[in-house]
Amino acid sequence: MIKDTLLGKTKDELLVITGKLGLPKFTATQIAEWIYKKDISDISEMSNLSKKARELISERFTIGKIDHKDVQVSADGTKKYLFEAAKGNYIEAAYIPEEKRNTLCISTQVGCKMGCLFCMTGKQGFQANLSPGEILNQLLNLPEREEVSNLVFMGMGEPFDNMDNLMKSLEILTAPWGREMSPKRITVSTIGIIPSMSRFIDESDCHLAVSLHTPFEDERKNLMPIENVYPLHEIFTLLKSYDFPRQRRISFEYIMFKGVNDTRRDVNELVRLMHGLKARINLIRFHPVPGTPLEGSDDKTIIEFKDALIAKGVNTTIRASRGLDIAAACGLLSTKELLKNSEEKDY
Amino acid sequence: MPNAQFNFDLDLYPVKVESNAEIAKDVYVLSYQRSHTFSAGQVVGISIIEYGEPRLYSIASGSTDDMIRLLYNIKPDGELSPSLAGLKAGDTLYVSAPFGSFYGTAKPAVFIASGTGIAPFMSMLRSGLNKDKSIIHGGRTLESFYFKDELMKELGPENYIRCCSQESGDNVYEGRLTNYLREHNDLDHDRKYYLCGLAEMVVETRDLLIDKGIPYENIIAEIYF
Repeated sequence: MIKDTLLGKTKDELLVITGKLGLPKFTATQIAEWIYKKDISDISEMSNLSKKARELISERFTIGKIDHKDVQVSADGTKKYLFEAAKGNYIEAAYIPEEKRNTLCISTQVGCKMGCLFCMTGKQGFQANLSPGEILNQLLNLPEREEVSNLVFMGMGEPFDNMDNLMKSLEILTAPWGREMSPKRITVSTIGIIPSMSRFIDESDCHLAVSLHTPFEDERKNLMPIENVYPLHEIFTLLKSYDFPRQRRISFEYIMFKGVNDTRRDVNELVRLMHGLKARINLIRFHPVPGTPLEGSDDKTIIEFKDALIAKGVNTTIRASRGLDIAAACGLLSTKELLKNSEEKDY
Repeated sequence: MPNAQFNFDLDLYPVKVESNAEIAKDVYVLSYQRSHTFSAGQVVGISIIEYGEPRLYSIASGSTDDMIRLLYNIKPDGELSPSLAGLKAGDTLYVSAPFGSFYGTAKPAVFIASGTGIAPFMSMLRSGLNKDKSIIHGGRTLESFYFKDELMKELGPENYIRCCSQESGDNVYEGRLTNYLREHNDLDHDRKYYLCGLAEMVVETRDLLIDKGIPYENIIAEIYF
């Protein structure tokens, strides 16, 4: 019998399991705390459960933690971990230590369906959604898990295209019975899938980052096919319809492409778009991917662009590039080389 | 809470299924009465339950046709398509108004599709956007070339290229559509190239076109997700 895994189960799901096994309700909370707070790897370690309860659970379940398969270490201290997912797929997670915080960038899908022109993950197509357990395993089985202060859902895949599993993992990460992380230390990045954005804003307190990359819809279509379905003006209309609490951060990711989105015209349109919205623009250096027709803006242009936005009252920062030498930087995560070409293409 | 100004409308309303016919193995055309104007290339959200999370499908019918027609295939692990295939004439389906901006063009263009990605291009051709157009359609089997009689009649063999990866047939290129494109160095750099299908095809084809000198601004992609 193939055993199901406990990692990734919410408290409600654990209550169903303990109910079916004839165990007291409080056992669900105990199990959750063992897995998500005490980081155990085996059911036998749940020492406040009866021996019979542990046996009953072990007959049907494992914890489900999976060790990383490989790690690459950058000269700047960034580490890129390779984890195995179901069906022989692989995903990557990037651990980024800094002076005042340590950030883990995690994946939500194997590959991605969104096909952005500038992204390496998109070049491998889409293979699978990660389960809540596979999402959480990137943190809970990370050697540096106790040092992680911030989580960003900016790894492989579009989080809002795997919405149910994303929301379950966020629930587990922030719940009192779960990892008990502050939602203010978690940021979820999206390309802008509007119905899921709306649900996320309503149901979660985590920070939101939206991939913007140009303020012009026609030009965004060339960079990001999603613009055909969920256009920028609707994203801004949605965001401006909320009164976000001061503690909740809304930011826009903006990769700087030479001659494409780094001109005065772009500054002016960004200012117009951002009017009435308390949000930050995060400028990102472009790390070219093979075959791309795009080039990155130089540092002087990026700084001038930032200064021009700030002068117009738009909160703007420049993101430090980390892990470039091990392809762990923004937009470079990919496990394409590890794909098994067993599936016949439809074209 | 969002206020009333938020106007992205994925509200679903009920329609009666007019027909739901299997046109190839596990591939269906579903139709219902049109009650909105739309532009060729747009999508609708559909669900079989009233407050279900809609899935998006490209419209395959012409913008002045009486019926909205949707082309879809059954995905064995899909949340909607297996149930959708069970619908019969007279059953209720919940649909959104058409939306999206993968619009067609009256200018010369090459449409490139895999599988059911042919749908928005059918809509464009059926809406009168058929002058100076060619289609390159990729599929695994000869059965994958949905609407082939209509397309052959509309475009002629020189502008309707079928690429079949697993079977061979008359006037059909034997191999993947990306192989076909690799072998052709006469691509017009001034034309628009419209791509529609699954991410892997779109991304690989886009890279290939860029490698052949097509400006990325001339490549317009719609990805099924």
